[in-house]
Amino acid sequence: MSRRPFFRRPKSCPFSGDNAPKIDYKNVKLLQRFTSERGKIVPSRITAVSAKKQRELATAIKRARNLALLPFLIN
Amino acid sequence: MPLYESVYIARPDISATQVETLTAVMTKILEENGGKVTKDEYWGLKSLAYRIKKNRKGHYSLLNIDCPAAALTEMERNMRLHEDVLRYMSVRVDEHEEEPSVMMQSKSSRDDRDRDRDRGRDRPKTETAAPAASAAPAASEATAAAPEAVEAPAAAASEAPAASEESAPAADDKDTKE
Repeated sequence: MSRRPFFRRPKSCPFSGDNAPKIDYKNVKLLQRFTSERGKIVPSRITAVSAKKQRELATAIKRARNLALLPFLIN
Repeated sequence: MPLYESVYIARPDISATQVETLTAVMTKILEENGGKVTKDEYWGLKSLAYRIKKNRKGHYSLLNIDCPAAALTEMERNMRLHEDVLRYMSVRVDEHEEEPSVMMQSKSSRDDRDRDRDRGRDRPKTETAAPAASAAPAASEATAAAPEAVEAPAAAASEAPAASEESAPAADDKDTKE
């Protein structure tokens, strides 16, 4: 049988393709979508961000944190 | 000359005009050292995500700078000395964005929302980003589903004779799996 028990649909990186958002430390609203409720960076295996973009994203989030645009932690 | 983006946070108890004079002072320092400021933005009094020097709010300003490295270090030295500057960050960029940054856009949209209490106004911006993410998987899912649909009748056809010979096709199915 070709049908697998757990069908996982192919994911695509939210930062690839046309009119993809540009990763920028100033775009707080965008960066917030990739942080957890506690303020942690969400792993790329969950958000399906490509490895290259995840590195870029991590830098942007860390810059935003330094400027107090994003929290380091939420209690 | 390299391009830089510099953001600094000023103390909340100074006024917006004082922030502008502070920006002018920093611009002057850069220009004296052979650089120039291509754009400056004042983001307004924003609340900080955490407290910095006991402050919960701060005036944010952005400078787009085109200057030699020495001029930037000189400006940063002055920012460190200045008591009104809570924090600053300078980043080297490949190119400056000409139009107002995301901060200014979101600020104007928030003003709109405050004015007519319309939350829907904020929606389109988030939705333009969301379909880009959701549309792509949907398309690929459709193509992935198609071969399976083709396979299914074929499997049914092969199972049909088996059903006539043996009592249960389900049992037959189990055998093939093992």
